[in-house]
Amino acid sequence: MSFRKPLPAHLQDMQQEIEIHARDFGLDFFPIIYEVLDYKTMNEVAAYGGFPTRYPHWRFGMDYEQLSKSYEYGMSKIYEMVINTNPSYAYLLEGNSLVDQKLVMAHVCGHVDFFKHNYYFSKTNRKMIDGMANHAATVRRHMARHGQGPVEDFIDVCLSIENLIDPMSLFISREAKPGGAQDEDVKETPRIAAKGYMEEYINPPEFMAAQRKKLAAEAAQQKRFPVEPQRDVLKFLLGHAPLEDWQRDCLEVIRNEAYYYAPQAMTKIMNEGWATYWHSKILTTKALKGSEVVDYADACAGVLATAPGRLNPYKLGVELLRHIEMRWDKGQFGQEWEECDTVAAKVAWDRRLGLGRDKLFEVRKLYNDITFIDEFFTLEFCIEQKFYSFGFNERSSNWEIMSRDFQKVKRQLLDSITNRGQPVIRVVDANYGNTGELLIKHEHGGVDLDMNHAKDTLRNLHKIWKRPVSIYTIVEDKGKLLRHGAEGYSEKTADAKEFE
Amino acid sequence: MSQKIDLDQRRFRKIIRGKIKDNLRKYISNGEMVARKGKDVVSIPIPTVDIPRFKHGGKQQGGVGQGEGEVGDSLGQDGEEQPGGAGEAGDRAGEHLLEVDVSLEELAEILGEELSLPRIEPKGSEKIVAHKDRFTGIRSTGPESLKHFRRTYKEALKRQISTGTYNPKAPVIIPIKEDKRFRSWKSEPIPQSSAVIIYMMDVSGSMGDEQKEIVRIESFWIDTWLRSQYKGIESRYIIHDAMAREVDRDTFFSTRESGGTMISSAYKLCSKIMQDEYPADEFNIYPFHFSDGDNWSVDDTVTCVDLLKNEILPNSNQFAYGQVESPYGSGQFIKDLREHFSGEESLVTSEIKGKDAIMDSIKEFLGKGK
Repeated sequence: MSFRKPLPAHLQDMQQEIEIHARDFGLDFFPIIYEVLDYKTMNEVAAYGGFPTRYPHWRFGMDYEQLSKSYEYGMSKIYEMVINTNPSYAYLLEGNSLVDQKLVMAHVCGHVDFFKHNYYFSKTNRKMIDGMANHAATVRRHMARHGQGPVEDFIDVCLSIENLIDPMSLFISREAKPGGAQDEDVKETPRIAAKGYMEEYINPPEFMAAQRKKLAAEAAQQKRFPVEPQRDVLKFLLGHAPLEDWQRDCLEVIRNEAYYYAPQAMTKIMNEGWATYWHSKILTTKALKGSEVVDYADACAGVLATAPGRLNPYKLGVELLRHIEMRWDKGQFGQEWEECDTVAAKVAWDRRLGLGRDKLFEVRKLYNDITFIDEFFTLEFCIEQKFYSFGFNERSSNWEIMSRDFQKVKRQLLDSITNRGQPVIRVVDANYGNTGELLIKHEHGGVDLDMNHAKDTLRNLHKIWKRPVSIYTIVEDKGKLLRHGAEGYSEKTADAKEFE
Repeated sequence: MSQKIDLDQRRFRKIIRGKIKDNLRKYISNGEMVARKGKDVVSIPIPTVDIPRFKHGGKQQGGVGQGEGEVGDSLGQDGEEQPGGAGEAGDRAGEHLLEVDVSLEELAEILGEELSLPRIEPKGSEKIVAHKDRFTGIRSTGPESLKHFRRTYKEALKRQISTGTYNPKAPVIIPIKEDKRFRSWKSEPIPQSSAVIIYMMDVSGSMGDEQKEIVRIESFWIDTWLRSQYKGIESRYIIHDAMAREVDRDTFFSTRESGGTMISSAYKLCSKIMQDEYPADEFNIYPFHFSDGDNWSVDDTVTCVDLLKNEILPNSNQFAYGQVESPYGSGQFIKDLREHFSGEESLVTSEIKGKDAIMDSIKEFLGKGK
């Protein structure tokens, strides 16, 4: 790394101490390399998503300017940053108090343990520092040859669709199974051989007609391309869009990085909860001196603060983990627990199993935010933590608390983190209207697309696909087909049945 | 220390600049920038620098929060962002308007480019006001930090060639102490001319708030442009109805009188200020007068014309008269001026029909490069 400076001795000692405690608790992490950065460099690294080098792009400059501004106005500062690589790099802000640094180090141990063991990180590139640098070199090379303007414009286009990926595809095979392909020549409806006079009885004409229709439908399905709708739009475009080599390179870079960051979005609540759980455990039970308690409590309160209408992933994560620990310590799980319906018995329930810690390690290994919330966000937890769902009230033009009903709150929470909070979009037909147009479909989950953004994104997709691009979606409960072609943008109402 | 991010930031600033330029007319007519002016910078809300994506629209989405409150309690008004990041898992950055700071100097440059305003050629003797250190020379001693890399190696190459120690097949050049070259500076006096803008405005009953707003916006842009042209520039403010008096900037834009209108009173005061404080051979003088075109009497208009002809015009770079359309004013004054001064280069008149016309009016006022 370019700004490598040896860690000051007192911080080295601190790191050693914290890591001993963390290992004693059973955390297992990649080697961690700390860098102390001044706030300018910190903001730079933050703008680059935690990496020292990224491809040239104005968006990083914009992020940097905003980070710097909000730091200079005293509105925010970045305490810690750690990246998922092996060894892991973590950054400390120069001038933070020693208690803060200690807290950050403990927090980072939690994150790195999570990176190393959580299943959803298992496919990420642990040499991503090199990966990012290679991406930067690739993009720079293309810029040198094709000009900065065209390449940057194309990257804008790629970034505009970078969320159309399928992180789960790394773990399951979605490819259509090979085989079963019909021989093109077999067009005839199979019939049972029969003597002429028996033909009408053995192969009745109505049946034969129905069979012909069925075969034709199957053949039509086979001819559809893609055969199955594709979630990984970027991959589809890489394979099938008419791109120049340098454009394909750029799109590949964007897709690669999108996949690298996806697991972090999928486990935000758990990851932050886990790190918070451990910094609090390590500091309060081991590493904190009496004189540091007040400063620690202050910093911790800042991390866990909630504000109206704001979900704090640190808070939700750590509280849910603690709740799980408590339940498994007391044996509040299993059939007997589920079937118990007296509140008093539930409150007093304690089987003294002491399985909490083991359960936590299991959870951190196997779950992501969706499964984590789905399985462990219980009625008791919801009430205890005072969760509510909120929404926009058209009548009063206010954001309001909508409900404290457990089912509704949980539903809302799951909805908002499904697919990393992004709309689900699939490539349905790459030969739409038999004219080589691209049709994609928004799987409407109750929330409409932001129309302004959708129009602009469609325009960008058109730049990649070259032929017109349409998206089927639902706008205010009506099916709509939005289209962008050479003549510009258009939209029309569309029948949902056509797009099933 | 220069950082890698600087390049990206520069690209970003360039894009911003383009955006501002594209939307300059809008920015000028809605006057937003005037209110956002800080000491040297203006913050400008830029709406569409965001990268578009397929994403959920705001209103239907809602989210989950934690804490006290009854069902139906308000969490925030419309127009604000959705209170929290729903789920926080999604990246919500960039949903709000981006506010960027642009320096007044940059803004003036953009204005100049967009309206293709000519640079002003100052008249009068230039008073020397500042010395500036400029790195113009090279010398053989100096601090390492100022070492001129290329020149140093060039010297070393020259020496090695002349002493025969240079081998083109293994082109190694090693500078020695005598080869080193350093950049050096010279203090240069920078001649600068001084200028003064004298704003005059009719505050009689017929000038409404809308008319004043137009004047305010227009004066902001005139200020911005002229300040970019002259280093030491002053602004003076005169308001008048039947009488004229000098006021400070705030009073200038907030006063409203109910009396009649005698424009000559303002011109008299203007002329007096010019004579007493700003000798014409040292100062570039820019009187601007805004009114709705109503004057008390024909006699007074004649007095005005005399004052302009004999006292104000000969001593100023350019006299600008802006007539703001108002439902009450007759709009006669501009006609009189045009009649009396047809062909007079240093008197510019402009009719400002509404906020949308401000940009064109600025162009008329500043387009001559005087």
